Amino acid sequence: MLLNELTITQAQQGLKNKKFSAVELTEAVFGQIKKSDKEIHAYLSLNEKGALAQAKEIDGQIAKGKDLPQLAGIPAAIKDNILVRGLRCTAGSKILENFVAPYDATVIEKLKQAGAVILGKTNMDEFAMGSSTENSAFGPTKNPSDLQRVPGGSSGGSAAAVAAHEAICALGSDTGGSIRQPASFCGVVGLKPTYGAVSRFGLMAMASSLDQIGPIAKTVEDCQIIFEAIKGKDELDSTSTESNRKSGIKNQEPSRLDGLKIGIPKEYFAKGIDEKVEKTVNKAIDKFIELGAKVKEITLPHTEYALACYYIIMPSEVSANLARYDGIKYGTSAASDSRQSALSILDVYLKTRQEGFGKEVRRRIMLGTYALSAGYYDAYYLKAQKVRTLIKQDFDKAFEKVDLILTPTSPTPAFKIGEKIEDPVKMYLSDIYTVPVNLAGLPALSLPCGKAGQLPVGLQIIGPHFGEALIFEAASAFEKSA
Amino acid sequence: MTRIKIKIRVIRVIIRVIRVAEKMIDVKHIAKLARLGLTKEEEKKFETELSSILDFVEKLKEVKTENIEPTAQATGVFNVFRESQAHPICQDEKMKEDILKNAPNKEGRYFKVKRVLE
Repeated sequence: MLLNELTITQAQQGLKNKKFSAVELTEAVFGQIKKSDKEIHAYLSLNEKGALAQAKEIDGQIAKGKDLPQLAGIPAAIKDNILVRGLRCTAGSKILENFVAPYDATVIEKLKQAGAVILGKTNMDEFAMGSSTENSAFGPTKNPSDLQRVPGGSSGGSAAAVAAHEAICALGSDTGGSIRQPASFCGVVGLKPTYGAVSRFGLMAMASSLDQIGPIAKTVEDCQIIFEAIKGKDELDSTSTESNRKSGIKNQEPSRLDGLKIGIPKEYFAKGIDEKVEKTVNKAIDKFIELGAKVKEITLPHTEYALACYYIIMPSEVSANLARYDGIKYGTSAASDSRQSALSILDVYLKTRQEGFGKEVRRRIMLGTYALSAGYYDAYYLKAQKVRTLIKQDFDKAFEKVDLILTPTSPTPAFKIGEKIEDPVKMYLSDIYTVPVNLAGLPALSLPCGKAGQLPVGLQIIGPHFGEALIFEAASAFEKSA
Repeated sequence: MTRIKIKIRVIRVIIRVIRVAEKMIDVKHIAKLARLGLTKEEEKKFETELSSILDFVEKLKEVKTENIEPTAQATGVFNVFRESQAHPICQDEKMKEDILKNAPNKEGRYFKVKRVLE
């Protein structure tokens, strides 16, 4: 087996037993990047020198026989909206084309402390707005399973890098499905943790009441290892919290799920779902029954309003968060163009933002500004926040009866590049099963559960707040049985 | 008789114009609030695109929300306080330099801004 194809656990074993060095492992991954990334375009920038220096340091520690931290020598790719000190950080936007991160995000500090090797920054929809990575200002990423198709988004670069073995693991961010949907399209595992479980200090804010950072990896176990390394309260992110919830399954073999109660929301299998996706997911549900879980139909009656609710709340928060890109503190600026020296400050704002932001970003800023503008706030934003309460209550009620909820991650497998880019509403529908989870602040994981033709299908496992351990337990049992 | 008919027709047209206008977004005004420059074509394009998205979110009106509290934060955390002290991260001189390196216009250790007051 090639070194770049190893999982975290396998790589750790190999490093510990000195079958290969951390430098060799990192070199193998860069070898793959050079071979396949011209076509896939998962990366926006590479950190080869820095990564090899980090790997060398780990090798030094191994030689000295030191105890190794959890992720020692593991090459990881980072979505380009997470700051890594000294590296360019563009968020897939022209407005930050030359921005160099002046500090590390808390998750990066934690990964570095755990010994991870930072490979580079991955492609994404501009400021994480999109479901296909086609909204990147630097060109789309392609799906490693089929180069004619999108890898999903917005963390499409991270998911594609892991799927193409151009990284052992990666970090993404998820506001409405941006970790889970690309994980599903690329056939890898992705976790959106509970809102607040992972610090967002150093993540470029998109919609602050929804954003979460999470791992993308080849296995459930790998996802858990990264999650354990990055989670926890951080005083630099006041929304972060410590979670102490224990797993819910007790006294049984790790490969069985006896006594686990699983809910299947009937609203998630209604119109719009691809036939093959439905079949594959139903087969996966049968597997859970074989493993001993008790499956029953549940109802989440406000599901049909979730997407509309999201498309008010998210752009509203986007319009406020992206006000900071004003061409003054950082980023490309109309003011730095010497031919434009006569511009007034208002003109600088208007021109900087007109030229720096792409179409979808501007569309959402406009929509959010409208929803928050005088006379419309109650009708749109406040109304959506109230509907959000009802969506959350649906889940609260469901979790009184069941431990976990299973759904498809996305209604279709990966679609063709260009297929939905001209129709925003059609594009938004690909997040219909992931968006409610962010509105309710819940944790959810997507893992491969089969294929529709050549294309991977993802199963979404949703848990109660801070129920990650239970999700991992169930996902792991399913993965091992496959 | 015909006069009345014409009057009715005029009133109908006016009502239709008002209805359309209600749905129309004042794109120019919103763009200014958002500090986004737009070309003429973009103004037109946004008008149709934003209306189609607004039609889509119109669905929310079906939901009864009397006596429902709004949710801004889903896990129940609120009012997190900390000591009013500079974080150690602020002591990092190199970081301060690196932050300023990203400024499009600066003078010494200051961001340079266009005249704000005319």
